[in-house]
Amino acid sequence: MALARTTGARGGPRALRWAPYLLISPTVLLIAVFLVYPIGSVLYYSLQHYNLTKPWANGFAGLENFREMLFEDPLFWSSLAFTAKWVVVEIGLQLLLGLALALIVNESFIGRGLARSLVFSPWAVSGVLTTGIWILLYNPTTGIVRYLGAPEAAVLGNPDTVFGAVVLTELWRGVPFFAILLLAGLQGIPGELYEAAAVDGAGRVRRFAHVTLPHLRDAIVLATLLRSVWEFNNVDLLYTLTGGGPAQVTTTLPLYVAQRAIDSKDFGYGSALTTAGFLILLFCSLLYLRLSRFGADHKG
Amino acid sequence: MATDVIARRRVPARARAARGGMRGGDRGRIVRLYLPLALYLLFTLIPFYWMIVFALRPAGSTAPVPWPITFEHFETVWNDIGYAVFFRNSVIIGVLSLFLTTAIALMGGYALARFRFRGRTFFMVALLCTQFIPGAMMLIPLFTIFRGLGLINSLWSLVVADTVFNLPLSIILMSGFVAAVPFQVEEAAMVDGCTRRRAFFAVVLPQLRPGLIAVGSFAFIHTWNNFLFALMFISKQDNFTIPVGLSYTIGEYSADFGALAAGGVVAAVPVVCVFAVIQRYLVHGISAGAVKG
Repeated sequence: MALARTTGARGGPRALRWAPYLLISPTVLLIAVFLVYPIGSVLYYSLQHYNLTKPWANGFAGLENFREMLFEDPLFWSSLAFTAKWVVVEIGLQLLLGLALALIVNESFIGRGLARSLVFSPWAVSGVLTTGIWILLYNPTTGIVRYLGAPEAAVLGNPDTVFGAVVLTELWRGVPFFAILLLAGLQGIPGELYEAAAVDGAGRVRRFAHVTLPHLRDAIVLATLLRSVWEFNNVDLLYTLTGGGPAQVTTTLPLYVAQRAIDSKDFGYGSALTTAGFLILLFCSLLYLRLSRFGADHKG
Repeated sequence: MATDVIARRRVPARARAARGGMRGGDRGRIVRLYLPLALYLLFTLIPFYWMIVFALRPAGSTAPVPWPITFEHFETVWNDIGYAVFFRNSVIIGVLSLFLTTAIALMGGYALARFRFRGRTFFMVALLCTQFIPGAMMLIPLFTIFRGLGLINSLWSLVVADTVFNLPLSIILMSGFVAAVPFQVEEAAMVDGCTRRRAFFAVVLPQLRPGLIAVGSFAFIHTWNNFLFALMFISKQDNFTIPVGLSYTIGEYSADFGALAAGGVVAAVPVVCVFAVIQRYLVHGISAGAVKG
């Protein structure tokens, strides 16, 4: 096969037919083994008792894990509720701030390149590092909160303030990526459209509403969807910043899964939680794409 | 190629500048542009500054500036806590995953951009769908796979897992970059007697430099930053990566903010350097690949 590809000056037609499959074969293999197969195995394990710390009790469980999850585990329901609140608040704020930021750094001004580098930089920072940085800001004795007249109490230890503190922390890291995606969309809008609208007497607000927003629609839909999945999946930050606390008020479903997997090694029950998470994610994604009629204008 | 990218990026900006001149004076620009930008810059930069202050000032100091400067916290984390080892491990997996991801994404991206083959659409859709698979949800099944392969506590488990999660977006990005190189260039080389393979290496690959840099950098940053896989698959301290080490610093040295901040600086420096390099490809790369599919 390799011979056939290298001999003919243009590669024979037979060689060309196989070339793309050879080229994508490593990808297909890796994705099949490390993404598709694991998803199948989650379904299998969710029907098993499978705990690394209690090997004597392993075995077929039927729907036992799901029964326990739905009827006996209040943390499943409360983590689900917090996941929804977390994703909706975080994505709503990131969309607003990200759009504003993208519009600002899309203007031309001196030092724009530097400004972009600086405001986008938290994008490259990991969740754990974000936690490290914000712990320095939030700690009551030497943190920056003491300059803001905040009470001498740990904002992260107080159930009333912890949500705001965590949301703010994630905004710091999340807004840049939103802005990057939307800026890419903004740059695809032809400048003539704005000139034509200006000639027609459209003001700044109307140009934004009638030119910018419609053109950004697909970028906004894609960005919110990607970021929602990402925030749903965001375990690094919560795991290290609050550990799901205090009193588990900041435990999302994936964080709960991670804690079950990493801390208590309960793989059977963790797999049942994972299955539930996949179904919810799939349902929400399809619903969102349907409601927003993603790409309807182009693909019909 | 690099200048080409920049030129293409700046055209709409210039058009917009002309519009800015038409309406709104300096006052409007200050309220609309500079003031919010300045506020946002403060929000972005104060946390970084605060970390640097903690990392460089002596323990017990409450000064808002890092003076007198000391490097004792760096010595602590690097030598005593073991960041020298964590750093080495993170560099190893970051670089290996960078090369693997870039090579495989180059093959896949080239196939997507240059061939119309049966199953191409399915492959594209499948790649996009993988973006919806949360890594946290894969901890349990991946752990059992790697245990079966005997790779638990091996850095290879992280190289493989991170490469797999880097691949889909990398391929989509790379196909955007390949598609931007005109096919005629390749054809001309083949007419001159090159094989397709030689034409690729001699003519196409040099033009893909920005794409290779962008994809490689994304892969490096993601691998460097990945925490959950390393926490799940590695329990031997000799094979800890930077994020895992940092998470233990957060937990165990919670009173020693100097060590925590110094560890944070060690974790940040490589990604910030890489980010500075790719920043200008970031927006273009995304508009070429991901958003427009």
